[in-house]
Amino acid sequence: MSRIARRFATLRQQGRGALIPYVEACDPDYDTSLAILRGMPGAGADLIEVGVPFSDPSADGPTIQKAALRGLRGGSSMKRVLEMVAAFRAGDDETPIILMGYTNPIEAYGPERFCVDAKAVGVDGLIVVDMPPEEADLLAGPAAAAGLDIIRLVAPTTPDDRLPVVFNGASGFVYYVSITGVTGTRTASTDELAHALPRLRRATDLPIAIGFGIRTPELAANAVRAADAAVVASALLNTLEGTLDPDGRATARTVPAVLEQLRGLADAVHAVSKTGSK
Amino acid sequence: MSATDTQAGANSLRSGPDGRGRFGIFGGRFVAETLMPLLLELDGAYKAAQADPEFRRELDYYLKDYVGRPSPLWFARRMTEQLGGAKIYMKREELNHTGSHKLNNVMGQILLARRMGRTRIVAETGAGQHGVATATVCALFGMKCAIYMGATDVERQKPNVFRMRLLGAEVVPVTAGAGTLKDAMNEAMRDWVTNVHDTYFLVGTVAGPHPYPQMVRDFQSIIGVETKEQIMAAEGRLPDTIVAAIGGGSNAMGIFHPFLDDPEVRLIGVEAAGCGLDSGRTAASIERGKPGVLHGNRTYLLQDEDGQITEAHSISAGLDYPGVGPEHSWLSDIGRAEYVGATDEEALDAFQLCTRTEGIIPALESAHAIAYAAKIAPEMGRDKIIVINISGRGDKDIFTVAEHLGVKL
Ligand SMILES: Cc1ncc(COP(=O)(O)O)c(C=O)c1O
Repeated sequence: MSRIARRFATLRQQGRGALIPYVEACDPDYDTSLAILRGMPGAGADLIEVGVPFSDPSADGPTIQKAALRGLRGGSSMKRVLEMVAAFRAGDDETPIILMGYTNPIEAYGPERFCVDAKAVGVDGLIVVDMPPEEADLLAGPAAAAGLDIIRLVAPTTPDDRLPVVFNGASGFVYYVSITGVTGTRTASTDELAHALPRLRRATDLPIAIGFGIRTPELAANAVRAADAAVVASALLNTLEGTLDPDGRATARTVPAVLEQLRGLADAVHAVSKTGSK
Repeated sequence: MSATDTQAGANSLRSGPDGRGRFGIFGGRFVAETLMPLLLELDGAYKAAQADPEFRRELDYYLKDYVGRPSPLWFARRMTEQLGGAKIYMKREELNHTGSHKLNNVMGQILLARRMGRTRIVAETGAGQHGVATATVCALFGMKCAIYMGATDVERQKPNVFRMRLLGAEVVPVTAGAGTLKDAMNEAMRDWVTNVHDTYFLVGTVAGPHPYPQMVRDFQSIIGVETKEQIMAAEGRLPDTIVAAIGGGSNAMGIFHPFLDDPEVRLIGVEAAGCGLDSGRTAASIERGKPGVLHGNRTYLLQDEDGQITEAHSISAGLDYPGVGPEHSWLSDIGRAEYVGATDEEALDAFQLCTRTEGIIPALESAHAIAYAAKIAPEMGRDKIIVINISGRGDKDIFTVAEHLGVKL
């Protein structure tokens, strides 16, 4: 069983939902992002998404765009991202790590070598934003061979008859992009979620995470009431940005501020009892 | 376009893309899932429109009476004499309404958007020519229009920005990155993904996810179809060489495509070499890039070792893009078309050459094609024929040119 499957199985037994925070690699520098990553499980993260900075994040809103730019200025490269995961794994063998990014840096690294190296350092799953099922063959073979989960995105615009296409080849969990839009902007209403989730449940047995627009403990709790996990990215990145000095460098506040916010989100998520629900 | 021109046999180079939107390894649909259903819908709607004679009739009507087609094929006598080699013909796309080839594509897509029931248009623009063309048809059909334009380009293409605003479009300056076409494209995609319910993304070149590269090429192919008829009428044979500038590659694809199966016709795409192909400040994606994935398709891209896209540079805002349409990448790999560079300086010289010998002020984009044609024409015999695609007129560029010539306007 993969780390991701194991983690969701444990959470289900405990009747809990999951909080999945996001950290952008090398934002604003390697050491700071590694310190945040290392502190996340202790602050209540159940799984962690590590953002791989890309120069042209066309599906992301201003917050993640700026984080990606800071990451690139902070010395990020695919090699550096993998080093960071390896450093994290040296102290944590349980918390699943999912890399989230765009196709081109993976293509430049070489899809096969990437999957092998990612697995070797302890990556568990991949979310490639601009790789819909129609283009998934680039990674499907190498990821399966290496034992990496491919986490598929599904959107409000995905019609019912397309759901089997999207879920074919998906593993780990499913990521529901709860709004039509870029990251860090609008929030889906409870009604919208109540409508969307049953539709997805009918089409997959995989756990479902909700992302995009979750910025407060209340919204995170709402999300795990409807689904199995809540992804929080822009809210944490905004906090991080707010702690930087005028030159964009980390300060003593940076790591604690992000982890403190994460703790609040995690407490709200973990207070939701999911016993009896699927 | 006559039926025979759109029908390509199995061995034809004109039959691409395949069902996945690929030209060889290039092309595809690398977009977020939110957009995938829309691309599938668009593909279906485009196929239905292609099969509907009424759509063709409607498009032909607007192309003739509004765009002003056909555009002439002009024999450039004085430039030919001055260069002393091959006969030079110019395909006069700068005479189209709004001053460039861009309206050919925009007219096709706006009619499609209307068929699809969309009420709001978003588009990216570099030089502003595509933005102006888009704002124009939005005025014509009373549709809402948002144009994304890099902040750098807003600055260097002021007349076009004003034109778009006059036409009722909202021009949104994009400050991300270097503030040029690539950043405008990102921002237009973000708008589209946010407003999918009523918005149509009107891509301005043969790039983006499938079916855009195919669709834009088809709409621009009118350039090559007319050129073929006109050169046959004028010379009784096909040209030896066709030269066109390459930004995303739409004017070039439009004039190349009807000639792909005529191997005797040499096809040359001229990329912006900027400060020189090896200066590191260039927009020559095919000559200096590597295959990668950006803006929904796999193609040649200017990028670093880590797959980060690097900034392009060109004096011409319309060529200042680190990618190129996927069909060009394929044509380059299979050797059917050649891709070369012209520098900023060469383009400026050609701009003046064309102005002084033909009384035609070309767009700086088109001046890149003229520059390369002027280089090879003297080496070709006087019995040879070159066709240059004059993709646009240069009124928008006079400020940039004046600055480079040290003239204060
Ligand atoms: C006059 C003109 N020519 C050429 C181009 C380059 O685009 P493409 O390569 O798609 O023809 C532009 C783009 O703005 C343009 O305005």
